[in-house]
Amino acid sequence: MNRVVITGAGTINALGHSVGETLDAMKEGRCGIGELEFRDVDRLAIRIGGQVKGFEADGRFNRQQMTLYDRFTQFTLVAAEEAMAQAGLEFTGELAAKAGVVLGTAGGGVSTWDDNYRAVYEEGKNRVHPFVVPKLMNNAAASHLSMKYNLKGPSFTVSTACASSNHAMAQAFQMVRSGMSKAMVTGGSESMLCFGGVKAWEGLRVMSKEACRPFSANRNGMVQGEGAGVFVFEEYEHAKARGAEILCEVVGYAMSSDASDIVMPSKQGAARAISGALQDAGINADQVGYINAHGTGTAANDKTECAAVADVFGPHADKLMISSTKAMHGHLIGATGAVELLACIMALRDGVVAPTIGYEEFDPECALDVVPNEAREASVDYALSNAFAFGGLNAVMALKRI
Amino acid sequence: MSIKDKVIEIIAEQAVLEPSDVTMESTLEDLGIDSLGLVESIFAIEEAFDITVPFNANEPEQSDFDISSVSSIISGIEKLVAEQTA
Repeated sequence: MNRVVITGAGTINALGHSVGETLDAMKEGRCGIGELEFRDVDRLAIRIGGQVKGFEADGRFNRQQMTLYDRFTQFTLVAAEEAMAQAGLEFTGELAAKAGVVLGTAGGGVSTWDDNYRAVYEEGKNRVHPFVVPKLMNNAAASHLSMKYNLKGPSFTVSTACASSNHAMAQAFQMVRSGMSKAMVTGGSESMLCFGGVKAWEGLRVMSKEACRPFSANRNGMVQGEGAGVFVFEEYEHAKARGAEILCEVVGYAMSSDASDIVMPSKQGAARAISGALQDAGINADQVGYINAHGTGTAANDKTECAAVADVFGPHADKLMISSTKAMHGHLIGATGAVELLACIMALRDGVVAPTIGYEEFDPECALDVVPNEAREASVDYALSNAFAFGGLNAVMALKRI
Repeated sequence: MSIKDKVIEIIAEQAVLEPSDVTMESTLEDLGIDSLGLVESIFAIEEAFDITVPFNANEPEQSDFDISSVSSIISGIEKLVAEQTA
């Protein structure tokens, strides 16, 4: 089996339009959640979110591209540009023939659906733009990356709600580790912050009107975000031979299914994914210094996740740090694991653990070190990143300092 | 149909019971309605009376809307309907 390292990272999200800006915000414990701005927002009960602001797609993409790029594709291309520039890999010949793109998204082109339904139902139009289908399809972003960077190997999109990115990255990792490809581009993107997207979530009554406060006793729900995270996963010897900058090593993963309820999480399902990742990575529980939690800020997730961590880690659960960065960037649904992987890279490479901001009140059901409100300097050898999706589909990544 | 009867009808449908099986003292738990069933019932009630029920599934006990029994739910709905017509 080959060792796999990350040699490129890129992002755009509510905290910043690059990895540097995002990590600076995480170090400062800055909140990117604010008032939502889009058409018909006044008809929503939930009006806050981690929206990407100051992003001018029109200036960045030409007219023809704009007819094909939904916002989730635009985010993917922006994040990929940064990741590819950092990796400095030229995809040609045999490398290109084997390398592909595996991305996660839950909703794909949600705002394209929304705009065009509005046109035909509300405005009574009888025709839509010819590219509506290629613009909204869930694999649009993966396909545009494959075209832009000449990635001719296996490319596809994984859709497992809030675990999409972790499932996608686990798959890409497996492909490099097994030797199928020397490099893969992976991550995820989501853009559901439009009227129809938020209206659908509102119906579940799990959204907060005020703030995302993971693990805090007074938490009252999740806050949605948007954006993308894209990475270059590369075989270690290949990266070393060309003198690439290595951000961290990916050492394992596990996936599990609760097989129990369509929305309520299960402690056993989460615990099996966490312990499975440790086993796959060949590490002991007490080697893990940091967990980037799924930490949605809902009553159900946070206590279930803490109980699962306590079960897997035993006494070590009280020594490790576990934080949820969703309080800063919101829940990016299918892209959330990708953006949250950045917090793991920051912990491993920079020795800074991102905080759980908005933490106000101790909750005995979440009695772990959640790194409340302020980032912390620490030397972390191994980190985990949790994602537990609606539908009971879980995926956990294990990473190592290099 | 009175507000009470309509609410009982909605709750009974969610619980897959006859309206006569739903008493004022019943709790949602007694009736076998879980958190998803509750969210669906509230949706049906909102649609039936054209009201907005202030309910957050993360903090049911802190919502302004008391769901501890069928009778408390009916009083809550009656209040919301009265406020709306006022």
